[in-house]
Amino acid sequence: MTATGNAVVETEALRREFTVGRRRARRCVVAVDGVDLRIETGEAVGFLGPNGAGKSTTIKMLTGILVPTSGRLQVCGLDPAGQRRALARRLGVVFGQRSQLWWDLPLRDSFALLGAIHRVPDPEHRARLERCVDVLQLGPFLDVPVRQLSLGQRMRGEVTAALLHAPRLLVLDEPTVGLDLVSKERLRAFLQEVNLVDGVTILLTTHDLPDVERLCRRVVVIDHGQVVADDAIDALRTRSGGAREVVVELSAPAAPLDDLPGVRRVRVEADGLRQRLAFAPADTTAAALIAAVAARVQLRDVTVVEPSIEDLVRTLYAG
Amino acid sequence: MASVYRRILGSRVRSQLAYRVSFALDAAGQAVAQATELVVILAVFAQVDTLGGFSRDEVLLVYALAGISFGLSDLAVGQLDDLPRWIRTGELDVLLARPLGVLPQLLTSDLQLRRLGRVAVGALVLAVVLAQGRVEPTPLNALLVLATPLVGATITSSVWVATCAVSFWVVDGREVANAFTYGSQLTTSYPITVFGPWLRRALCYAVPSAFVAYFPALALLDRPDPLGLPHALRYAAPLVAVAAVAVAALVWRTAVRHYQGTGS
Repeated sequence: MTATGNAVVETEALRREFTVGRRRARRCVVAVDGVDLRIETGEAVGFLGPNGAGKSTTIKMLTGILVPTSGRLQVCGLDPAGQRRALARRLGVVFGQRSQLWWDLPLRDSFALLGAIHRVPDPEHRARLERCVDVLQLGPFLDVPVRQLSLGQRMRGEVTAALLHAPRLLVLDEPTVGLDLVSKERLRAFLQEVNLVDGVTILLTTHDLPDVERLCRRVVVIDHGQVVADDAIDALRTRSGGAREVVVELSAPAAPLDDLPGVRRVRVEADGLRQRLAFAPADTTAAALIAAVAARVQLRDVTVVEPSIEDLVRTLYAG
Repeated sequence: MASVYRRILGSRVRSQLAYRVSFALDAAGQAVAQATELVVILAVFAQVDTLGGFSRDEVLLVYALAGISFGLSDLAVGQLDDLPRWIRTGELDVLLARPLGVLPQLLTSDLQLRRLGRVAVGALVLAVVLAQGRVEPTPLNALLVLATPLVGATITSSVWVATCAVSFWVVDGREVANAFTYGSQLTTSYPITVFGPWLRRALCYAVPSAFVAYFPALALLDRPDPLGLPHALRYAAPLVAVAAVAVAALVWRTAVRHYQGTGS
């Protein structure tokens, strides 16, 4: 396969099997089953799917960690399994669950070692580090050993570590797992800047829909090892029927509020005391909807429920 | 490239020396472990005059050369004991995502200087044996004395790398691997004449332990092989080392490609 156009990732019928169990119980599990994927330079792609769908396995093949069973695969113009080390110089990888930093070293020393590993010239190393320290506010804990950092602090360190060698492709596996809202938001804003300003291609797996909404313009959904949806995020949302909900608690039972502008579906609970109004962001806003409800009945409480990735994926199958 | 590993190792050593007392105790512990075997040999020779056709000092020469080799191997590739943990936790992913070889990264993930304790005991015994004058002080013998521990360490390390690679197929293959790694200490420390013919053949041709200390010791002592094996074998250790490295590299490469990762 030759690199055509500006593709950063190109796969064709990518497949990976695992043998699990022992002796008699030994069987073959297909984790990734014929994935075709093409990601252009500068894209930001959300890679979604339920647990065990094959996300991590695919990502590990893209990064050269696992060798594919069959299929064709090219990342940054290289064959990941055969040219793993050359590829590693062009990739930034953040695994939310495991650290690429040295636990007993201060962040600053970890960064210095990584700079040496990637042979980053000193001035560039300094400039990139300075920017990350600045934007991600690493200053206060740069000299603290990694094992003493909070999860949010460590995660900011991980992202910095992945960017010090100016990768073409940044692969993020659950980067915001376990972070508080403020940390999440700060990280998302920075990643967006890295993508839009620096032109770094981003491939992101997450269970957190706001991550995807903030960062990605395209979403690839994988299940049972196969790509089941690959589209612009807005198109997916429309297809899934606009799953945001305003949940209103009323002071007195009322008839279903299904005639309000923008409401697509109403589920009545607690004998009409609680109603769940589903709406599509394209039709109306949560604020307008709440105002319309308040004009009609007396409100006790309001919550806005974002659809989870699982909901989104589930509606994709149902539809 | 080497400078990268030097920097990584430097950071490991600094964090160890931060705890000087525990470092000293660890090193002493390793020395005692090595010396225990010395006591066994001395106890045996209190009862008999020869063992497998070799006198006490001759056996001690084999023991000393093997001990230094083992200590150096332990220092160089002992980190592989942790390989099952790297695999089980999936932390190996992190190493694979870096533009460096997996094996050098694993080996430099720690540097247990305390393992020099073993080397120190071996070197001490070697010095004492050489002082007895059983080895002719020729230039060739001087070269052999210096090269044998390094060549021996290369052979032992290769056997360790190849056997530890089993962990990629059987995550808890550590027991198998340890049979070769720590078992090799026993088989290299004695003249192979003390073992039965089956084990003897295995040590000569399959797991080349006999080349770590036994054959070079025959050369140093300038005595014929009691088993009548070819004369050239006593100088063959470097060639065996080259072959062992090649086999170990092949096994390791195949094993890494077989890496299955963990679920997440």
